[in-house]
Amino acid sequence: MSDLAWIFASACLVNNFTLSYFLGLCPFFGVTGRIETAYRLGLANIFVLVITSLTASFLEAYVLVDAPYLRLISYIVVIASTVQFVEMAIKKLSPALFRALGIFLPLITTNCAILGLAIFQQSRGYDLVQGLVYALGAGAGLMLALVIMAGLREESELNDVPSLVRGTAMSFFIAAILSMAFMGFAGLFSEA
Amino acid sequence: MANAIEPDEGRSRAAQELLKGIWRENPVFIAVLGLCPAMAVTNSLLNGIVMGLATMFVLMGSSLLVSMLRGVIPKQVRISVFIIIIASFVTTVDFVLQAIAYEVHKEIGAFIALIVVNCLILGRQEAFASKHPMKLALADAVGMSLGFALALTMIGGIREILGNGSLLGVPLLGDSFEPWVIMILPPGGFLTLGLLLTIFAWFKARAKARAALETKELSHV
Amino acid sequence: MSERPQPPSPQPPSPQPASPGPMGAGEPSSLRLVFSLGIAGLLAGLLLVGVFLGTKPRIDQNRAEALQRAIVRVLWPDGDPNEAHRIESRVLRDGRLVTPEGPLAAGERVAYLGFDAEGQPLGYAIPAAGKGFQDDIELLYGFDASSDRIVGFEVLAHRETPGLGDKIEKDAAFVGRFRSLLVLPQIDAVRSGEGDQDFEVECITGATISSKAVVRILNESMQLWRPAIHETSGVASANPSAPGRP
Repeated sequence: MSDLAWIFASACLVNNFTLSYFLGLCPFFGVTGRIETAYRLGLANIFVLVITSLTASFLEAYVLVDAPYLRLISYIVVIASTVQFVEMAIKKLSPALFRALGIFLPLITTNCAILGLAIFQQSRGYDLVQGLVYALGAGAGLMLALVIMAGLREESELNDVPSLVRGTAMSFFIAAILSMAFMGFAGLFSEA
Repeated sequence: MANAIEPDEGRSRAAQELLKGIWRENPVFIAVLGLCPAMAVTNSLLNGIVMGLATMFVLMGSSLLVSMLRGVIPKQVRISVFIIIIASFVTTVDFVLQAIAYEVHKEIGAFIALIVVNCLILGRQEAFASKHPMKLALADAVGMSLGFALALTMIGGIREILGNGSLLGVPLLGDSFEPWVIMILPPGGFLTLGLLLTIFAWFKARAKARAALETKELSHV
Repeated sequence: MSERPQPPSPQPPSPQPASPGPMGAGEPSSLRLVFSLGIAGLLAGLLLVGVFLGTKPRIDQNRAEALQRAIVRVLWPDGDPNEAHRIESRVLRDGRLVTPEGPLAAGERVAYLGFDAEGQPLGYAIPAAGKGFQDDIELLYGFDASSDRIVGFEVLAHRETPGLGDKIEKDAAFVGRFRSLLVLPQIDAVRSGEGDQDFEVECITGATISSKAVVRILNESMQLWRPAIHETSGVASANPSAPGRP
């Protein structure tokens, strides 16, 4: 399996950012009431991830070589600015979507998946193209997790769930089973 | 700037702010914040404790500084300034941890950096520290961090004892115990928190039922 | 840390800011906002420079010590990992090994040559990495050029399944196999109970893929390093069937 294909498959399925690395949990439990919203948030995430990855690669190569202690601050500033920009763009292009996403759009800034991508990308020494593929894979994986979770929660809305478990606890149990399911991808791309 | 309001009501204001974060408004169990580290670094008790301490340092430092500067930070850029302050403290913790506990840093290093986006910290700055004097802000920070650390300790302890038969690396359950490996894998994190939330919901329901019973009895008097 | 320039103390805003911005009374001017952010950034930057410079010596020392211990563990497996040995870096360039001068270029691979007590080259500690079952596996292994054998092996990082795949670092028999493993013609991963050749490694039951991944990583690494090692040291490969160090 080619290097890039593995990077994508690993980030999306085998080491899913949400179900394996525990990143992006706040929207995962917060915005997954409806498939529609989850899907759109997933797309917004992908966009922010790609821009973050490109900018982080650029920063690593030219700015942070001599000042590694500025890494965290510069990453988070980039992310905050990107999200601000995406917010303005969505507000202009699709006010309905802007309203639908509501508070969760600016909250992409504090989505640990975005910062996590930048940090992992740097610690694995990915170059520009590898980082880009990594971001796409991570974004696809995030969206996948969001949409599946939303679908499951929509389905179980009408189920007879014990009152103690209803709500957040239930979501965690669903997440546990989902995470176990994704563990099954582990051997899929190995050469055995 | 009165700090302690009504000290003779059993608890000073500062103590109240501190205690609320530990249980009643526990950031993980009640507000469901700071989930990412709560799941990711609790595969062992030690990792959970270190993360709790690191978060405490960042939250206390940031709250103190934000409260100190709350008069001079312009409202329009306050979030950006909060983030700069938090990121500075986190970077400090990151480097200090590398210097004093290199091996531990290798295991949880990435998630130390992610403290920056822990919604708990930014949330406390916005909701409390920027609007209250330093003593109260510090009390709030200490309480919330203790609550967070408590949650991480509980989750980490459960996951390690069931998933590895040990606590802090010390084997406790003997050789005949077959570890529930799933507990230290990702599903185990979700499972543990789900179970804890269910248990707490049960306590809450019991307390509510008891309170309802008492009100009913009172109204019949 | 050099002396910090004292920033001019910002005026505390009164409830009605004295400088009405273009948006009307009550709004601080854009200039003031930029100024506040700039000050915050500047102070943060200064703090971080200080922390970095203050912790750098200790961190560099920690890193070097950790690497040193790992190298000692694979080249002198029976000794004390904290014992001091002479170790030098070697970089792979144009099919040869050279002593690096200055920082490495991106993507350059480095190995570590250990010397015994008499100052003779003992073996190379080579880092290698590759895809395992779950994610990448990083390892360090010792290679003795005179006998073309791997003489030590340590897993540095992995994300294999605890209780199954993580046996590649916990199973004593598996790890011990690498104390004397011939790399010619290439290392073979075989089923448990069938490994009787010098270059064969038995896979761990229940962790076949992880075991095979380790073997694959070692083979790929050897393909990369072995020609250059022999080219540089001029040591002709000994008779492949001659026993190496015990």
